[in-house]
Amino acid sequence: MARQMTGAEMVIKALADQGVEFVFGYPGGAVLPIYDELFQQEQVKHILVRQEGGAVHSAEGYARSTGKVGVVLVTSGPGATNAVTGLTDALMDSIPIVCLTGQVPTHLIGNDAFQECDTVGITRPCTKHNWLVKNVNDLARVIHEAFQIARTGRPGPVVVDIPKDIQFATGNYVGPSNIGHKTYKPRLKPEAAGIRDAVELIASAKRPVFYTGGGVINSGPKGSQLLREFVRLTGFPITSTLMGLGAYPAADKQWLGMLGMHGTYEANMAMHGCDVMINIGARFDDRITGRLDAFSPGSKKIHVDIDPSSINKNVRADIPIVGDVAYVLEDMLRVWKAKSPVLDKPAHKAWWKQIDTWRAKKSLSYKTSSDVIMPQYAVERLYELTKDRDCYISTEVGQHQMWAAQFYRFEEPNRWLTSGGLGTMGYGLPAAIGAQVAHPKSLCIDIAGDASILMNIQECSTAVQFDLPVKVFILNNQYMGMVRQWQQLLHGNRLSHSYTEALPDFVKLAEAYGWVGMRCEKPDELDDAIKEMINIKRPVIFDCRVAQLTNCFPMIPSGKAHNDMLLGETTDEEVGRAIGKEGKVLV
Amino acid sequence: MVNANPQSHYVGPGLVQAEVTRTLSILVDNEPGVLARVIGLFSGRGYNIDSLTVTETEHEKHLSRITIVARGTPAVIVQIKHQLERLVPVHRVRDLTDEGVSLERELALVKVVGKGEKRNEALRLAEVFRASVVDTSLEHFVFEITGKASKIETFLNLLTEVGLVEVSRTGIAAIGRGAASM
Repeated sequence: MARQMTGAEMVIKALADQGVEFVFGYPGGAVLPIYDELFQQEQVKHILVRQEGGAVHSAEGYARSTGKVGVVLVTSGPGATNAVTGLTDALMDSIPIVCLTGQVPTHLIGNDAFQECDTVGITRPCTKHNWLVKNVNDLARVIHEAFQIARTGRPGPVVVDIPKDIQFATGNYVGPSNIGHKTYKPRLKPEAAGIRDAVELIASAKRPVFYTGGGVINSGPKGSQLLREFVRLTGFPITSTLMGLGAYPAADKQWLGMLGMHGTYEANMAMHGCDVMINIGARFDDRITGRLDAFSPGSKKIHVDIDPSSINKNVRADIPIVGDVAYVLEDMLRVWKAKSPVLDKPAHKAWWKQIDTWRAKKSLSYKTSSDVIMPQYAVERLYELTKDRDCYISTEVGQHQMWAAQFYRFEEPNRWLTSGGLGTMGYGLPAAIGAQVAHPKSLCIDIAGDASILMNIQECSTAVQFDLPVKVFILNNQYMGMVRQWQQLLHGNRLSHSYTEALPDFVKLAEAYGWVGMRCEKPDELDDAIKEMINIKRPVIFDCRVAQLTNCFPMIPSGKAHNDMLLGETTDEEVGRAIGKEGKVLV
Repeated sequence: MVNANPQSHYVGPGLVQAEVTRTLSILVDNEPGVLARVIGLFSGRGYNIDSLTVTETEHEKHLSRITIVARGTPAVIVQIKHQLERLVPVHRVRDLTDEGVSLERELALVKVVGKGEKRNEALRLAEVFRASVVDTSLEHFVFEITGKASKIETFLNLLTEVGLVEVSRTGIAAIGRGAASM
């Protein structure tokens, strides 16, 4: 027998039935009935953010660090439009988000009512799916469907738009068990033929490389565990995209570091020179491939992806496998073990020897200094002083993000929260807050830049209200570093608007919010300062003043191939020559 | 606008395939916004549509059938199919062209204005093309013509000489030959 209740009650009941502990949100006129219900119960806790964009990024940080769905509740109009960046971010990085938006009452829809916007129209291209609920009897089913679609298959954000009169109306509630979708049936288990072909090709490889991505993390702990088992069984080298860091431990000897535009020399050269590429849960993004027609020209490619549209989108796959990473690896391991193939050991030895010569280039090396803190050094020290702790690292977007990816070494999945696909400045602080909500005892650090941090600085207030002792570690060079680097390399060093003339005093800013503010300018004081930061039980902004004009290397210039990398010692002139006219137009 | 090398946003020689035209049949739940999702996908990803028709075809099941004639390289056509299949309300996508010669028909209403010999010639052309007169006065005809898009195209080209003033076309409806159904 279905239970009768109001739409607003249904929302809370559905969230509780979905096991939701936390909702990130901001109230407003069109969601007042739902907030009234929130007030009258204790099961679902609400984290009040300071801007709706912060709510979505916090939910992303929560989702990424737990593997659960992140939930957002915002009002109509500006509440919904402010959420759009976060939704797009979650779509690009395949993060499961359920975003509930209030809407003006159904009879006012289309009348340009106060705080009205076409939420489903605006969010259609930036969600996996969305709904406008016009009948209260559909509401519970739609919310349960929303959770199912957000979390399964290739995860992503969904929006449920709920007009205010529907929140007041009374109707029948249905539980999550009654949901069966007519058309939405993502494929999880791979076809046996693909697995067989893949195992055969992997077994015959002479110069193999594993190239893994965020799909491994999204597949859950089992995905990472099976990946580790398979990679160790083969003894092959492995690299990963930005989104996949942590799926394979960085301390392992088979680990080549991240690949791509700012990846290591050995990872990119191995990709270029391999004869068999095993792509597991990555999507051949342009940051990874560089120039497509020169991308890994001599290799046969296996592509494992849960989304059939990812296959053959950018790079042709010789063996496409559609399925969830954990299912695919499980099958691969079973076939591999049953076959116990004889590998070409001498060829692999020669391949590793080749890789070692690339490693010997030490592509991440940088010029050290005893006067100023080098940004790479700052991340290295932060890593050394926090690696034995239970840590979650988020970032903003720019140079600091790449240095964090290069120098912070991740041993476990779900520990690394960054905006990969969309590249959203302002992601890191709210994401760290979301992670801290989920893991109150852990050390949650946002490695930030001085420009990015200001994009969602208001969330400092959220951290104080909910006793979330997040740490913001700003690599402060007073520039939008990545913009400045590209201007230097591509636009004759004309630094158009990339210098922040009026940065706030971050220590005072921290104090104004009720945080602790710290500053460090000298390399020999850095370790003590970081230790002090870690030991403070309150949120801290750490203003780390770093060398201003450092560039992020190594770098594949835009429009170039993996074997055209620029290393740290490259001069500006060489860079200028390396990037042709065609490369300049690329992002 | 046609992207010269839709495989890559990276400029460069690359392998540029020739474009093909394909007729896709898409079975969808007839729910609000479903057409916008399909159209938005085409515009958002830069795919080309030559023709589009949509209407509810199974009323009890609330199913609509969308017929799209799309243009692109074979790789892009496969992408379009996969991207359409990702949309939640989409039941099935069939590339009718891929499965042999499909039946494709279009209907057009054509208004011709004129007097004297031009008017007689318009009527003669209509007879040749088996178009029927659905409205007339002493100085105009409205013809209804059904057939392949190419036939309608030819008919319209001829009518431009004898006073064609207005055309309304339905876009292509298509179905596969044989006993198998979608």
